[in-house]
Amino acid sequence: MSDKQVTGRIFDIQRYSIHDGRGIRTIVFLKGCVLRCRWCCNPESQRYEIETMQTQDGVKTIGRDVSVGEVMDVVERDRGYYRRSGGGLTLSGGEMLCQPDFALALLRESKYRGITTAVESMGCAEWGTIEKMLPYIDQYLLDVKHTDAQKHREFTGKSNELMLENARKIAESGLTELIVRVPVIPAFNATAEEIASIARFADSLPGVKELHLLPYHRLGQDKYAGLGRDYSMKDVVPPDNAFMTELLRAAERNCRLRCQIGG
Amino acid sequence: MKFEIQECEKKPRIGKLVEDLFRKMPQIEHYRAVLYTDSFRQTEGEPTVLRKAKAFYNVCKNIPIVIRDGELIVGVNSVSPRSCPTFPEFSFEWLESEFETVATRAADPFEISEESKAALREVHKYWRGKTTGELATAYMAPEARRAFEHNMFTPGNYFYNGVGHVTVQYDTVIYKGLDSVIEHAASELDKANVADADYSRRSAFLKAVIVACEAVKIYAHRYSELAADMAKKENNAERRAELEAIAKHCAQVPAKPARDFAEGCQSFWFIQQLLQLESSGHSISPGRFDQYMYPLYAADLHGGKITRDKAQELIDCIFVKLNDLNKVRDAASAEGFAGYSLFQNMIVGGQNAEGVDVTNDLSVMCIVASKHVMLPQPSLSIRVWNGSPQELLIKAAELTRTGVGLPAYYNDEVIIPALISRGLTMEDARNYNIIGCVEPQCPGKTDGWHDAAFFNMCRPLELVFSRGIDKGVQVGLDTGDVSSFDTYEKFREAYVKQINYAIELLVNADNAIDYAHMERAPLALESCLVDDCIARGKSVQEGGAIYNFTGPQGFGVANMGDSLNAVKTLVYDQKKFTIEELKRALYYNYGNLTEERAADITADVVRAMRAEGKTVTEKDVPAVLQGVLASLTPADKKRYEEIKSLIDGVVHFGNDDDEADAFAREAAYMYTRPLETYKNPRGGMFQAGLYPVSANVPLGAQTGATPDGRYAYTPVADGVSPTAGRDVNGPTATANSVSKLDHYIASNGTLFNQKFHPSALAGREGLEKFVALIRTYFDQKGSHMQFNVVSRETLIDAQKHPENYRHLVVRVAGYSALFTTLSRSLQDDIINRTEQAWSR
Repeated sequence: MSDKQVTGRIFDIQRYSIHDGRGIRTIVFLKGCVLRCRWCCNPESQRYEIETMQTQDGVKTIGRDVSVGEVMDVVERDRGYYRRSGGGLTLSGGEMLCQPDFALALLRESKYRGITTAVESMGCAEWGTIEKMLPYIDQYLLDVKHTDAQKHREFTGKSNELMLENARKIAESGLTELIVRVPVIPAFNATAEEIASIARFADSLPGVKELHLLPYHRLGQDKYAGLGRDYSMKDVVPPDNAFMTELLRAAERNCRLRCQIGG
Repeated sequence: MKFEIQECEKKPRIGKLVEDLFRKMPQIEHYRAVLYTDSFRQTEGEPTVLRKAKAFYNVCKNIPIVIRDGELIVGVNSVSPRSCPTFPEFSFEWLESEFETVATRAADPFEISEESKAALREVHKYWRGKTTGELATAYMAPEARRAFEHNMFTPGNYFYNGVGHVTVQYDTVIYKGLDSVIEHAASELDKANVADADYSRRSAFLKAVIVACEAVKIYAHRYSELAADMAKKENNAERRAELEAIAKHCAQVPAKPARDFAEGCQSFWFIQQLLQLESSGHSISPGRFDQYMYPLYAADLHGGKITRDKAQELIDCIFVKLNDLNKVRDAASAEGFAGYSLFQNMIVGGQNAEGVDVTNDLSVMCIVASKHVMLPQPSLSIRVWNGSPQELLIKAAELTRTGVGLPAYYNDEVIIPALISRGLTMEDARNYNIIGCVEPQCPGKTDGWHDAAFFNMCRPLELVFSRGIDKGVQVGLDTGDVSSFDTYEKFREAYVKQINYAIELLVNADNAIDYAHMERAPLALESCLVDDCIARGKSVQEGGAIYNFTGPQGFGVANMGDSLNAVKTLVYDQKKFTIEELKRALYYNYGNLTEERAADITADVVRAMRAEGKTVTEKDVPAVLQGVLASLTPADKKRYEEIKSLIDGVVHFGNDDDEADAFAREAAYMYTRPLETYKNPRGGMFQAGLYPVSANVPLGAQTGATPDGRYAYTPVADGVSPTAGRDVNGPTATANSVSKLDHYIASNGTLFNQKFHPSALAGREGLEKFVALIRTYFDQKGSHMQFNVVSRETLIDAQKHPENYRHLVVRVAGYSALFTTLSRSLQDDIINRTEQAWSR
């Protein structure tokens, strides 16, 4: 079977994405995730199963099975924009590593066609899975949510050891440009110490040059209701600019990386 | 060319000049009309061109002049800031009938004093039967007049006003002086033999040129004296020196060549201003200011005579002045051109005649000037091509980010070949600038008649369903009962017949108006600065320009494309409903019987009853209305709503769907192709534009429901943009769709609006991505792109609290305007344009 024929399950394709990776990008959202982060702004991405969600425009089916070829037909539409901006394809999720064959085929097909690739991922998979993909990933936007295993488990459902270990291995491979991204979540990691600890970890990874702090937002809140699920973060107030700047300073004091707010 | 990107600071003077501009409500002043008419009363029987030049001379010699506080560049068309003279020689009846409402109307209100009203009433008596508007009406075929009255198209712009829409040879005036033009005219006069066949017309024209140039000279001279007088009385030494300098400049220019940049600016301004005192034509476009001003700037800078800072201040002053000019239009036109705009388009960057990029310091400084004044004028444009310096585009994007709606971006790679296809030489095409909103042409050589009419492409479709009848009158052709169209091809054919017929009538109307201007409005000053009028011995209006066009603009491409798509897909391919059902659904506005729609149906019914010989009085109308409301049964209503939702479910133009987009491409061709087969009286051809100015709102309000799911009387899509809210796949998909239209054939310009949230342009990276988007759209052969960068919340707040947003400038359509001066419906239209901001 050629890469084009491999199928997988996605829940959205978003063109003209300008805040996730280099240039103007098309993001393909793969369905299914290993974590259950309480703040997740795409709760419809978490389960692999196709499901329905109540939205303003009625009931929407979330998830569809598509081939790599079909996805690339959409990705190709913006080739001109990639060329002018240095953009390309981004795989996101969910966790794209949850559909390793599909993700690999997408990445390989994209590179074969001369379109650059990026992934948004937590690195939460067997090392072998990631290792196979690395030659086809130009930019790895790696989520590091916390350095403390206990807290990580409490808020996301899984411990962080594997992810931190993979982070190091990805960095050491030298095969991709690794950028560390931190979702800043009040009551979870939004303190100067916790951010500083992540910054120090990121700094210890060879070759990493950038650290992005992504402030928590509530744009996903309605989706929980639409899925008939409870949103446990209702009372959490998004961090304001002044506070984010404080955290940015904390990060900067603790690493030599280029730090910024937002992607 | 080397240039510096560095940005100068805004001087306090500029802020003050802007503030003074907005202190008072704009006024209508009578001085010009009175002086102009006085002269006309004394020149009965003389050739028109000469009479007009003499009238202009009388105005220049006697109109009140003022120098406003802190001005460095002088010359005003009105005593009160942002006010306007009137031009009864073109038309006046609308003005007189609107005297009592013009101050309170929603779009572009003006105050008028009792004194001015009385003076104008007196003046208007003279003009009855003598205006261009009246002659145009007389020339127009009755069926064209009928179509005009029924809003099939509106050539009202040139019907009521001067034509304008020109870029003259500013460089000739600046570098050689008007004396050289006088000499040229005099030598042609010398050369002419009294026995030449055209001697009478030629000599009258050349004499008129000399009179018009002398008029400008005397006007400048008056300013020189005024400035000198004021200097004598001025206590502040700094201001005194400025006034003395102004006196010196005005003694030199525009009669003689400018000796430095400051004099060049003043020379430019006199021409820019006085062209708008000679006639009421708007879109007098400065064009490539950065190019023709550059030699003076470079020489001064090199010679240490000026700093970049000082030059910036002078440019800023000119930008303020461009907002001091104003024009009153009739109430209906004011809605179509809302925002007090004069469409003085200035363009920077791009290639020279030899194809070399000539971006220079002034290109950057003009962008900075816009940022300094933050006002709608000039309509700043930027030429983009593969060789455009990235830094210039980034600078332009920074200006876009402020939300001022400027600059508009133009694609050399489409416009140059498009103009060549219309007969321009390669050199002239490369030297193009933009007139008014989006109309490309060669400066100093063209009479483009660019804004010749609004043509609503949806109206002929309405006539397909009504067999050519509008409000009881046979306006279009009888193309047969739609229920007899058993194939899509037959339906399509009927539309083609209707639109072709409407285009014929449009051409007739435009040419009638053209002849009226030729006979009654030859303009000597404008003509002597357009090649080859002097050598040909005739005015621009008589065909003296090298390139002549007529460019009426179509709009509603998206609605028409989507309509054809819906009809073909749902009626003929999938047979979801019949064409007869669609006809009724449209008539009943998809089951949404608004008050307005019910009233119109009632009027139809009453008309039909009367046609049958029944007596129907006002008293009977409520009963008829009840009948109309009752005629929409709940079952019908449900069915019509169902039809609408089926239509909404079809993929619309703007989503990068090749099939849907092909319908829009075809719809555009249905207007652009027939139009280019027609000729105008000046020896030129018709060429289509696809842009609406702001007429898509008022003209949409006169258009019934359309098969694309659009409700009756709501706005029609603007320019080549998709219908507001129908494009849902983001800006790249939208841009791809729009670039699938043929932008070359729409050589009078296309207009593509996009709205962005400020976050999309954040940081250097945001600017880079924004520029990449523009460049890619241009790679794909789009011709023009413009942006509103302002958040929806801001606009909604501005509607609620206009007092806090008096200076909020937004992009309307081919120009920027103060948001709070726009009518509510246009404001809503701007708010509803899809906002291209993406966050998960």
